[in-house]
Amino acid sequence: MTDPDLAAIWVYLSATPLLGLTSTLVAYSLAYRLYLFAGSHPLLHPVVTAVAAIIALLLLSDTSYGVYFEGGQFVHFLLGPATVALAVPLYQQWGNLRRLWLPLSIALVVGVTVGGLSSVYIARGLGGSLQTQLSLAPKSVTAPVAMGISEQIGGLPSLTAVLVVVTGIIGAILGSKLMGLMRIRDDAVSGIAMGVAAHGIGTARAFQLSAKMGAFSGLAMALSAFATALILPWLMEILGLL
Amino acid sequence: MNFLNGLTLLLVYQLVGEVSVRLLNIPVPGPVLGMLMLFLTLLLRGRSTDSLDSASSALLSHLSLLFVPAGVGIMVHFDRIANEWLPIGLALLFSTVITMVATALTMLAGQRLLGITRTEKDDGS
Repeated sequence: MTDPDLAAIWVYLSATPLLGLTSTLVAYSLAYRLYLFAGSHPLLHPVVTAVAAIIALLLLSDTSYGVYFEGGQFVHFLLGPATVALAVPLYQQWGNLRRLWLPLSIALVVGVTVGGLSSVYIARGLGGSLQTQLSLAPKSVTAPVAMGISEQIGGLPSLTAVLVVVTGIIGAILGSKLMGLMRIRDDAVSGIAMGVAAHGIGTARAFQLSAKMGAFSGLAMALSAFATALILPWLMEILGLL
Repeated sequence: MNFLNGLTLLLVYQLVGEVSVRLLNIPVPGPVLGMLMLFLTLLLRGRSTDSLDSASSALLSHLSLLFVPAGVGIMVHFDRIANEWLPIGLALLFSTVITMVATALTMLAGQRLLGITRTEKDDGS
C-alpha cells in the first residue's frame, strides 16, 4: 500500500481548483450521455444527475462545498457572458418580436407577475420561511439572471439555482400536456408560455416539439429575463417583503 | 480565434453592464444590462458577426452545464429543504402551472383583441 503517498496527493489536489473543475465537467458529460441514452427524458436532466453525482462524491470524500467551488467557480463564472449571449437569439427573432410585441409584452408582464406572486404566496401559505419565499420568487427565469435577482432581493442564490432547475423540469414535463388540455394549437403561444414559465429547460423541450415552438420559447425566455429583473425587485418592495 | 473574439465581446459587454449598474444604481443584474446593450448594438448594426454567433451558440448550447456548480450548492441547504420540502415543492409545482396557463391565456386574449390571428411560420434562424 502507498497510503502516505495517496494522502499527500490528496492534500495537494484538495488545495487546487483542478479537482473541482474537472469533476464538474466529467460529471456533466457523463450525465449528458445518460440523458441522451434515455431519450432526453426530462427527469434525467443532466443538471439533476450531475449535481447528484458531485454531491455524492463530495460527501464521500468529506470535501466542503467551499473547497469544491474553488474549481466550480470557473464554470459558474460563464453564466455572466452566457446571459449577455442571449442577445443573439433575441436579435435573430426580431421579425417575430416586432409583429407580436404588444400582446407579448402584456403576456410577459402578466406571466412574470403571476409567477413571482404565486410562488411567494403558496410558499408563505404553507409555512415557508421568508428567505425561502424570496429564493422562490425568480424561479421561472433563466439561472444566471434568477441568481442575480435572488441575491439582490435577499434570497439565497444557490438555493434559487436549484429551484430554477426543478421549475424547468416541471415545465418541461407538464408543458405540452397543459397546452393540449387548454386546446392551444398555436405553437407560438405554447412556446411563449414554456419560455416564460420554464426558461431554458422548457425551451429545450419546446425545440423537441417543434422548431417554431422552440424559437418562441427562446424569445420569451430572453425577454422574461429582462421583465423579471425589472419587475420582481420592485414588486417585492411594494409587497413589503424586503 | 473566432470563438475568442466573440467571447471577448461578450465579456466587454458584461463588464460595461456591471459597471453601469453600479454607477447608475440600476436595479437589474449587470449581465442583463449587458444583454440589452448588445441587443441594441445588433439592432443598430443590422447584423451579427460569425465570431459572436459562434461564442454565443457555444455558451448557450451548454447552458445547463453552467448551473451545475451553483446546483451543487444545494448541499449547503439540505436542512432547509428537509424542513420546508412541502412549501417548496408545492410552490414550484403549482406556480409553474399557473404561470404557464396565465401567460398562454393572456397571449391568446391579446392576439384576439388586437386582431392578430395565428402567427406565420417562424422567420428562420
